[in-house]
Amino acid sequence: MGSHGIKDRVAVVGMGCTRFGEHWDKGTDDLLLWSTDEAFKAAGVTKDDIDAYWVGTAMSGNSGMVVSRPLQLHDKPVTRVENFCATGSEALRGAAYAVASGAYDIAMAVGVEKVKDSGYQGLVGASHAPADGTQRTLTAAAMFAMCAPAYGKKYGVDDDQMREVLARISWKNHQNGALNPRAQFRKEVSMETICNAPLMAGGLRVFDCSGVADGSAAAVVVRAEDAHKYTDKPLYIKALSFVAGNGSGNADPDYDYTSFPEIHAAAADAYSQAGVTDPRHEIAMAEVHDCFTPAELLIMEDLGFAERGTAWKEVLEGTFDLKGELPVNPDGGLKSFGHPVGASGLRMAFEAWLQMRGDAQPAERQITTDRNLALTHNLGGYPGEMVSFVGLFGPELG
Amino acid sequence: MRGILGAAGYVPYWRLDRGTISAVFGSGGGRGSRTVASYDEDTTSMGVEAARLALRSAGGTQPDALWFSTVVPAYLDKTNATTIHAALRLDSDAPALDWGGAIRSGVGALLTALRASGSTLVVTADQRDGLPTSAEEAAGGDAAAAVLVGSDANGAVIAELVGSASATEEFIDRWRAPGERRSKVWEERFGETKYVPLGEQAWNAALKAAELSPEQITKVIVTGPHARAVRSLTNRLGVGTEALADDLSGTVGYSGAAHAALLLASVLEQAKPGDVIALISLADGADVLVFRATEALASYSPARPVVAQFDSGGELPYGKFLAWRGKVTLEPPRRPEPGRISASITGRSEDWKYGFVGSRDRSSQAMHLPPARVSRVGDAVDEMDPAPMSDVEGTIATFTVDRIAYSPSPPIVFAIVDFDGGGRFPVELTDVNADEVKMGDRVEMTFRRLFTADGIHNYFWKARPIRGS
Repeated sequence: MGSHGIKDRVAVVGMGCTRFGEHWDKGTDDLLLWSTDEAFKAAGVTKDDIDAYWVGTAMSGNSGMVVSRPLQLHDKPVTRVENFCATGSEALRGAAYAVASGAYDIAMAVGVEKVKDSGYQGLVGASHAPADGTQRTLTAAAMFAMCAPAYGKKYGVDDDQMREVLARISWKNHQNGALNPRAQFRKEVSMETICNAPLMAGGLRVFDCSGVADGSAAAVVVRAEDAHKYTDKPLYIKALSFVAGNGSGNADPDYDYTSFPEIHAAAADAYSQAGVTDPRHEIAMAEVHDCFTPAELLIMEDLGFAERGTAWKEVLEGTFDLKGELPVNPDGGLKSFGHPVGASGLRMAFEAWLQMRGDAQPAERQITTDRNLALTHNLGGYPGEMVSFVGLFGPELG
Repeated sequence: MRGILGAAGYVPYWRLDRGTISAVFGSGGGRGSRTVASYDEDTTSMGVEAARLALRSAGGTQPDALWFSTVVPAYLDKTNATTIHAALRLDSDAPALDWGGAIRSGVGALLTALRASGSTLVVTADQRDGLPTSAEEAAGGDAAAAVLVGSDANGAVIAELVGSASATEEFIDRWRAPGERRSKVWEERFGETKYVPLGEQAWNAALKAAELSPEQITKVIVTGPHARAVRSLTNRLGVGTEALADDLSGTVGYSGAAHAALLLASVLEQAKPGDVIALISLADGADVLVFRATEALASYSPARPVVAQFDSGGELPYGKFLAWRGKVTLEPPRRPEPGRISASITGRSEDWKYGFVGSRDRSSQAMHLPPARVSRVGDAVDEMDPAPMSDVEGTIATFTVDRIAYSPSPPIVFAIVDFDGGGRFPVELTDVNADEVKMGDRVEMTFRRLFTADGIHNYFWKARPIRGS
């Protein structure tokens, strides 16, 4: 029994990603065709070269036919996966493990979500399962809002300081997104605007919440030894970890909403798979699940980027800025790149693919670092009851 | 000896200052305030609250039967008393029956229970409505009351029934077509000519049965929807003004089917052993019940006196009142409305949903809300005991205000509640203003109607601040 990982056994050899945003003129099928076509071209393959497909979508369709019908795949296995907002990362795990097992030579992971067709702002209707009416009807914003005062109380950060910390996270991610041609929001937003935006839930304001976007992202994965047949610059998978929490946080009076144990556990497994012992000093960049600004703050500590109770200072000091010591969400994150649920995990991997290959455009977006590990972190659910994914990727073997 | 084992009123938290009505419309209203059921309350949920208090006051006696009477039933065809039965977790062999339709059914259920055998919990509730600016709107009130009736064999009788009488006659004074929220009334002089003789007839008959004269009555309660007839009869009873009970018209308003039992509960809360209490109800006839408080009243401890409840209410703006009563429609949050609940899932989770019963792992003592089969601590399987939590108080660990989620009356105030003795549950708060909630506040559970979809009411529990108990 053990979580051994697949370090250096599978490589990403091509990726694609749509622009994220309100695609009123495109449906799920159009988004899928966009991202997969880019990925096929990047890897120099066609749809027929792919032996098996994994598609992640939380609410835009059921079964593998979400992909097989629009792409007109002929006699191919397509697996549809769903794991809350970590659905895209789950698709990548499926495809990568299938290749690592030897079952297939070449596989594709694609994530997609068309969320803007509901007629409502925000995410709606992930589950229509019959129920007894006793379940919460709260929005995710309200659940994550509870983390900010809890963190502030525990570590002595007063309300004004906390407001500045959260705004700084949002400001940074908007700065990064403003540079990124594929981001939903390509606009810098001032600290003042962020701090005075309308309240949504608890102390969270509009700019504390991620963008709700349509989009799709895709990856082609092969065995590591075959990688150079497809590209000169493959991105090797160093670790893929996943933890589905037991939901005990909301039943356990000892849980204090200042950390996400599921993320801490997923990170520990990923670091173990990849042999990482000092994440703060080994990781070049991270894409993390900044669905709401307090989430990014707590995630910095759960991933070991900052000691407990200190991430708020590092945020203010710019540690996680694009030109900081450890850039976090250099593509703008969920905050400004947007969050099409099933696509987000693969969008994170796409940024790792660009940055670690030195392909981030325009050039001012490209991070400069002598480190060679990129981390993606993708969660689904709420404080106290979540699933969490952590992935590590690097451009070199070993 | 047969009589009352316990009684309680339930007065909703919200108050409408009658002066605010004329401030909006230039007419209507009056002095004082009336009670208003919250947007998440109905006659069934208020009945549950009154019944919980009555059973607690009666010291744990479980009734052999549950009768529920209201003019505004949450359901037709389907029995409403079964919801109360489930929330109280009564034994399945206790019948739960509705007494429907008329104001008189409330006092009628009480009188019938007193003349029957075994222990019966009589629950009454009402929500009073009228068109904006009407006397009905201003003078009405929302409330519930519950009386546990029984004999010595069932528990300590605190007030013995020593006499009763009724008088009945068919006449048109007040009426309402099924489905209407508004009653209509005939010219009031006519009703007075009917009610007063009927009241005198029943009053004299009841005193005769009790072998008492009017001056021997310590407290008399006269109630009914026809205020003028109530006043006229009161003047003819031959009792002193000191014997007249407060009719709560200035604080609660007239609460229809619930009002007789509400006033009786309130008077009992202030009575002494030996007091003689007469209850006169004028509703499509007259019903008179005469009680003598027993020595057991000295050791009787009401769970939450009526007077304490209306002392701790909160002001409701008239606009909110109109919105909650469906008289104006406010812009809802732009979120999907919830779908109807599943009958079969609800059936499987009856104890949790209606009774707020979690589970406690025997080895680790870990609490599970909702109940679980596998323990979150120690992983024991099916080693749980039921943990009834509806009467357990808790503390707000943290909370949030959700301005975007769907609610019949946004915003949602939501708290993580840690219960005394263990157990945590994230739950919606009610009877609060969002800006007054603090971490560390103490809360209690209350039975509410969360929403209605496809005509199915979704009842569950919320938490509310502990006030004025």
